[in-house]
Amino acid sequence: MDVTVKLKVNGEERSVTTDPQRKLLDVLREDLHLTGTKYGCGEGRCGACLVLLDGKKAFSCLVPVTAADKKSVTTIEGLAGSDALHPVQEAFLEEGAMQCGYCTPGMIISAVALLKEKPNPTDEEIVAGMNSNLCRCNGYVKIKNAVHRAAEKSRR
Amino acid sequence: MEKEIKNALADASTPLAQPDQFALSRRAFLQVLGSGLLITATETAVQAQGRGAAAEGRLAARLYLNEDGTITALSGKVEEGQGPRTELAQAAAEELRVSIQRVQMIMADTDLVPDDGITAGSRTTPSNVPAMRQAAATARELLTQYAAAQWKVDAATLEVQDGLITNKSNNQTMSYADLAKSKEVVAAFAAKVRPDVALTPAREWKSLGRPVLKIGGRDAVTGKHQYPSDIVRPNMLYGKVLRTPAYGATLKSIDVSAARKMKDVVVIHEGDFVGFAAPSSHRASQAVVAVAKTASWKPGARRVSHRNVHAYLKKHADRSRVRENVIGSVEKGFTEASKTLSQTYTLAYVQHAPMEPRAAVAEWNDGKVTVWAGCDGPFRARRDVAQACGVSEEQVRIIIPDMGGGFGGKHSAEAAVEAARMAKAAGRPVSVRWTRAEEFTWAYCRPAAVIECKGGLNGANSLVAWDFTNINAGAAAIATPYEVPNIRTASVGSDTPVPQGSYRVLAATGNNFARECFMDELAAAAGVDPLDFRRAHLRNPRLRTVLEAAAWRFDWSSRIKKVTPELGVGLACGTEKNSCVAACVEVAVDRKSGEIKVRDVCEVFECGPILNPPNLLSQVHGCIIMGLGGALTEEIEFENGKILNPNFTAYRVPRFRDVPKIDVQLINKTDIPSAGGGETPIIAVAPAIGNAIFAATGVRIRSMPMRGEMLRRT
Ligand code: FES
Ligand code: FES
Repeated sequence: MDVTVKLKVNGEERSVTTDPQRKLLDVLREDLHLTGTKYGCGEGRCGACLVLLDGKKAFSCLVPVTAADKKSVTTIEGLAGSDALHPVQEAFLEEGAMQCGYCTPGMIISAVALLKEKPNPTDEEIVAGMNSNLCRCNGYVKIKNAVHRAAEKSRR
Repeated sequence: MEKEIKNALADASTPLAQPDQFALSRRAFLQVLGSGLLITATETAVQAQGRGAAAEGRLAARLYLNEDGTITALSGKVEEGQGPRTELAQAAAEELRVSIQRVQMIMADTDLVPDDGITAGSRTTPSNVPAMRQAAATARELLTQYAAAQWKVDAATLEVQDGLITNKSNNQTMSYADLAKSKEVVAAFAAKVRPDVALTPAREWKSLGRPVLKIGGRDAVTGKHQYPSDIVRPNMLYGKVLRTPAYGATLKSIDVSAARKMKDVVVIHEGDFVGFAAPSSHRASQAVVAVAKTASWKPGARRVSHRNVHAYLKKHADRSRVRENVIGSVEKGFTEASKTLSQTYTLAYVQHAPMEPRAAVAEWNDGKVTVWAGCDGPFRARRDVAQACGVSEEQVRIIIPDMGGGFGGKHSAEAAVEAARMAKAAGRPVSVRWTRAEEFTWAYCRPAAVIECKGGLNGANSLVAWDFTNINAGAAAIATPYEVPNIRTASVGSDTPVPQGSYRVLAATGNNFARECFMDELAAAAGVDPLDFRRAHLRNPRLRTVLEAAAWRFDWSSRIKKVTPELGVGLACGTEKNSCVAACVEVAVDRKSGEIKVRDVCEVFECGPILNPPNLLSQVHGCIIMGLGGALTEEIEFENGKILNPNFTAYRVPRFRDVPKIDVQLINKTDIPSAGGGETPIIAVAPAIGNAIFAATGVRIRSMPMRGEMLRRT
């Protein structure tokens, strides 16, 4: 039996009628066509699917869509205004912290969540905060630099 | 020597050390990123102009001059994260004397671009960049000659800068935009690319050799870029394929009626192929589950597991499939040796595990199919799709959007074929996106190997005989770079129980692992420092330079003296694909817990003139960290054709926590042609780690991955 779920996605009220077993990731990508959030593993082990759920990072591949009912979801598309970039996005771009870029949206969401808690993270805090994000091209070094750069930006 | 090394390193690190020197300011690169729009504007024109021209090597197949003075450059290569899009744009910009912002690339669209083969083997830099430069230089000459003819002056007196041809004697100018409007110029692009055209020497480069950020970076950070798995077409369905329970199994019978009863599910059952398309991937998966239990299979897998696969490969070594190389006579060499050592090294099967699993969307219109796919051989995919769907290649268009990684693992186009078949049957576009488990199970592996090494030392501790055989993995970098009078190397085929294929730098990783660890064993047998032992056998000047540079940067000679049972250092070097690498590492080992922690990696790499320094640095980082996985943790576990660890929990790839301190030095050697840099830097990592573990513990681990348990056991 389908259910109707109300989500506030990137500030916009959306209502989706769907199978309650589906994951938030699939609904975002297949129903709302917000494909910036990626699939990488489906088991909470790669972070490609990270979104902010009521402001906290969540693996959307694990979250049943019903668990997001009446919650606010921020995806990579909604981090900044349409033409603007979030400081973390700017930092990734300036640092060249991407190769294929497939992990990048998840990395950025993860970094945004980390910087909320720790505005001036140490190397160790970045490692601990982002260890569930995988990059295979291997940008870990530059991604770490980008997170530092983003922290610096918001200090300015 | 030390002074030379310091100079070489200083040269190479200058542009990297000062990122604010970026040729492209932030404002400028944001402009580059905005230029994608033009692609659609020129698509039809390119199609009209380029068709058929490619085969004859005509300029029009490569370059298109737009009426706004910008340039569209075409390549059959695929962007999967290693930077060819940016590099090829730099190449065109360089020879046409325009800024890179004025070049847009169209890549990997079989209706528009020339067939440049698959994207593999570090070939883009040494082959396709020069081809692009030749085309661009031919075009520039042609345009200059046209202006010269108009002005009735000698073309050699004209200057070209920033897309403007100037006659300095009277300040007359003609822009590329003006030229693009001339019918004669357009017609002139039917000329052939001149392979002998003069190219700009490296020391005069303005676009190449400069740090340029990834084209498309902005769309990556905003989530706007559509990877193959992100393509959405009107009315599209999501497809899932019923997989066999193990390799080699074939379908005996199946009852798909349960799926037929499901709402909105399209069932595609053609022989062995059983697929389902539905409005959501969840529904399509439910259909698979509903039907899978009715399937009966005929097993066909070899009865072998990852635990005994090396014995299996050795037993099935096919001595009729041998590639052998002989210098001198090893038999004679070994009789002259006063010390002889033999050892066997092994390598596990590993997966590439790109972050984006295989994906494709297919859409049929009027008997023609367009497939957006994540694979690195667009023209190969076109052939495969045509064959599978029973249509001609002209009826298939493959487009490869910049995709989420490959590392040699996406030469095959399974998802493209699956999507095309299902879309044909469903009469609607279908998206097929493999799950991680499917990617781990059904993508081919990097081959496992058994590598047999034998070396002989004479009384002066010189290598006099070298015998080296790789069973199953191949011959890449099998030739030893060391000077030995008697050498035999052989690559022997075997019977692989799991699908195997390419991987970043092919067998070079395994061959270099075995060779460089075994060199350490020989050095130990000779009682000589591993660095000195290598030096004594190394004439190749490029390899010597990177080795000495790495040792110097790392402070090898003093750190090797400080080795303790918990802390070791090791070094290794190697050459492949016309590039050279050396690494020194420090490894901490805990003999009780068996934990091996790589703490420090210093790597020096040289691949000729550097085309894009920050991108090359990223490639080296990528190789080092990916190399850690193969060295320490990655192994596909299987039994009787079934993959046992098809997920990121059981199959351990490197994470942030595993990243050591990394010091990369790039040598910019400008007196030779550029070679690719996305592969070779991986080959020094594992042996350097193995050698460091040995230095600390005295235990030699002769298998990749080198698992800590092996230390505990001894
Ligand atoms: S897809 Fe959700 S963590 Fe990997
Ligand atoms: S940039 Fe490719 S996976 Fe991170």
